[in-house]
Amino acid sequence: MYKAAVMGDWDSIYGFSALGLDTFRVEAETSAEEAADTLKKLSQSKYEVIYITESLAKRIPAEIDKYRLMPSPAVILIPGIYGNTGDGLKAVKKSVEQAVGSDIIFGNT
Amino acid sequence: MASSTIIPTRMELTRLKKKLVTARKGHKLLKDKRDELMRQFLIMVRENKELREQVEKGIAEANRGFALARSSMSDEAVRVAFMAPKQKVSLDVSYNNIMSVNVPVYTFQTRTSDAADMFSYGYAFTSADLDDAVTQLADVFPQMLKLAQTEKSCQLMAAEIEKTRRRVNALEHVMIPQLETDIKYISMKLDENERSSQIRLMKVKDMMLEDAHHYSEKAEARAREKEAAR
Repeated sequence: MYKAAVMGDWDSIYGFSALGLDTFRVEAETSAEEAADTLKKLSQSKYEVIYITESLAKRIPAEIDKYRLMPSPAVILIPGIYGNTGDGLKAVKKSVEQAVGSDIIFGNT
Repeated sequence: MASSTIIPTRMELTRLKKKLVTARKGHKLLKDKRDELMRQFLIMVRENKELREQVEKGIAEANRGFALARSSMSDEAVRVAFMAPKQKVSLDVSYNNIMSVNVPVYTFQTRTSDAADMFSYGYAFTSADLDDAVTQLADVFPQMLKLAQTEKSCQLMAAEIEKTRRRVNALEHVMIPQLETDIKYISMKLDENERSSQIRLMKVKDMMLEDAHHYSEKAEARAREKEAAR
């Protein structure tokens, strides 16, 4: 049995705990290394899906990229409480560019 | 360009020809794989985009609800309300094979299926906005999981497509032309060898005939006779 986790600042993620997802607080003042460490720890334990707020993902892009090629876990960006930065869609766009060579789905957004 | 290390022998030629056949077959297969992967990928990535837009909208709405709830409740009260979550989600992962890419398929189970039973707090000390927000988030969750599934599949497939495309290109533009020139080089070299040995044989035959019949001596003698007769 696998589990799903949510990482991000408390305000953005506390609602998910009501759904039964495990929440891991990583506040803005936490260092990027610590955040990367948490993500690494989660990926090595029983978490198959890790949702991570866009604002946090922005601080550890290298770590996020690392999980793109691994079969598990799936690291998925979600918008936080401070609004949608569009990084989530950018990640999809990146996949398209990688596969097709140029972006043919999103146009120039 | 033919590499300098190839040995122009018949055995090498056969080997290279076999290799070329395999390379062509592999190229064709990989090209088919790439095309099919691309088709599947484009379908999936469109779905991914739609799902993401829905999920982002859903989460944004839920967040608005949470913000409203926070405005009428103390930090402390919110923290207490979510301290002991009642609901538990467990995931099941199976793998689906799309053109040799293993993409995950997630199914989830919740501990309580009753939507009203998931609140981890009594209704007395919390704002109604909080309930709405949680319900909204719960409604988005199945889509979030679907999003995780498609997005991961897209990422994996994109990586595989890139790899396959590289292989196709390497075969098409490097390996196959290289083999073709090598084969051409060897067959020309072999032809050349054959011609040279033919000429050598003809030369040897001439020399042997000369030895046997002394043509040139006789011709000289005839010439001398002619001179004397004149």
